[in-house]
Amino acid sequence: MELIKPSFGLIFWMLIGFAVLFFILAKFAWPIITNGIAARNKKIADQLEEAAKIHEEMESLNKRHEEMMVQAKAERDALLAEARKVSEEMYEKAKLKASAESQAMIEDAKKSIYFEKMKAITDAKNSIANFSIDIAQKLITEELTDREKQEKLVEKWMDDLHFN
Amino acid sequence: MSYKSFERRLAAFFCTLILLFACQNLSAATEETEKFDAGPFIIEHVIDSYGWHICGDGDKSVTIPLPIILFDDGHPVVFMSSKFHHGEAAYNGYAMGWGENKGSIVKLDGNYADYTGLLEEGEMYENHVCKWDISITKNVCALFISLILITCIFLSVAKRYKEHPNEVPSGLQALVEPIIVFLQDEVITPSLGKNSNKYAPYLLTLFFFIFLNNMLGIVPIFPGGANLTGNIAVTGVLAIITFFVTTFSSGKEYWKDIFNTPGVPWWLKIPLPLMPLVEVIGIFTKPFVLMVRLFANITAGHIITLAFVSLIFIFGQMNPAIGLAVSPVSIFFYIFMGLMELLVAFIQAFVFTLLSAMYIGMAIGEEEHEHEAVVEA
Repeated sequence: MELIKPSFGLIFWMLIGFAVLFFILAKFAWPIITNGIAARNKKIADQLEEAAKIHEEMESLNKRHEEMMVQAKAERDALLAEARKVSEEMYEKAKLKASAESQAMIEDAKKSIYFEKMKAITDAKNSIANFSIDIAQKLITEELTDREKQEKLVEKWMDDLHFN
Repeated sequence: MSYKSFERRLAAFFCTLILLFACQNLSAATEETEKFDAGPFIIEHVIDSYGWHICGDGDKSVTIPLPIILFDDGHPVVFMSSKFHHGEAAYNGYAMGWGENKGSIVKLDGNYADYTGLLEEGEMYENHVCKWDISITKNVCALFISLILITCIFLSVAKRYKEHPNEVPSGLQALVEPIIVFLQDEVITPSLGKNSNKYAPYLLTLFFFIFLNNMLGIVPIFPGGANLTGNIAVTGVLAIITFFVTTFSSGKEYWKDIFNTPGVPWWLKIPLPLMPLVEVIGIFTKPFVLMVRLFANITAGHIITLAFVSLIFIFGQMNPAIGLAVSPVSIFFYIFMGLMELLVAFIQAFVFTLLSAMYIGMAIGEEEHEHEAVVEA
């Protein structure tokens, strides 16, 4: 029976003891502990949020960076293509111009060669004529010394003339 | 020394210790003529007493004397319990009760009103029980020890929070914090919602008081070993505090639910107020059940544990060899029960706190709380 008979003394001390414990802990321990835990939880949550934000920012930065890279690449490619085109055009133009020029030069050369040739031919003709006249003169002077020969010659000339 | 080998050495040490004790008890059992009675032995270990028995038996026993404080006819009387000589002597007319007054202090009447000396066996002493007895008994002493322990633990933890805010928990803080967070998240907040902050100090104090005393109750040696939470006065006081907190924080809804329970057919209320009667009884049964549950669980655990220990002596009295043979089995079950009690120590503290939180939450009744997590153990 002793087991289930509450004793007055224990109830008395228990009431006092528990009350004292409650007031000490409620004043000096629980608020500090629970607030400490809550503050730390909040700090961790804040830091996680911040980290997520930074991560997001990093991601957007990366994305922008990548975009910029792509853009730059495209720009470079465009520039290169344009440069190639321009250079090719220039090359073509130069080629055309050069060929035209060379053609013109060739033409000039041909002309000048023709002129020179003609001139040379004319000179040669003139010289040959002169030489012929000289030779003819000499021949004539030589031949005319002999009557017979003169006659024959005239005859021949006459024949030639005739055939011409 | 590696952990494994340390473990083995520890096991060997305890085995030797147990064997030594067994041998000593064996020799003691053969010497003693007094018959071992398990019933009183167990009850003696479970109930309160005026001295803190450490070891030994009879005259050779080592007991810490504790002060006895009485108010007899308005006069305070203070003396040490050692004056009683284990209940065999009277001091200034005061003596340990016997018979139906066993466990209380009695005042001898008549010729023996101021008697100091040994009490004779078989003599009839007129006596009456001293009602106003606030002696520092074994349980009160254990209560003070646990109060000092809890205060020291939580003040040091609080100090750590104050001096090292937002730091990784360490030491005691790391031990205590998960339990506090668990209680807050699983018990207090689900039951009380936005009123959590108001009632959290009481519920946390309640939990750690019960838990620590349960644990100290399992420790068989001083300063543990007092069956504080297995004492009906202690659990009763805790239950009464919960009852008062519940009643004083109750809202209109709570009383409306009691006297006009919704969802119940009208004929249970109108001619005969059956349902309100049941509900009113319920107000008182709730704390009563709280009191009995904690008391019974802890005391039953101790009784079973002690019964296993007693088995050794019971068998040892038949034949020392049987006692020796039984002791490993007994010790195995003793250890098993000890582990069970560790579990029960937590569960009972948890259940007491959870139910208190739920009763308070229901009494406030401002919003629908989660009541699914009811654990009836």
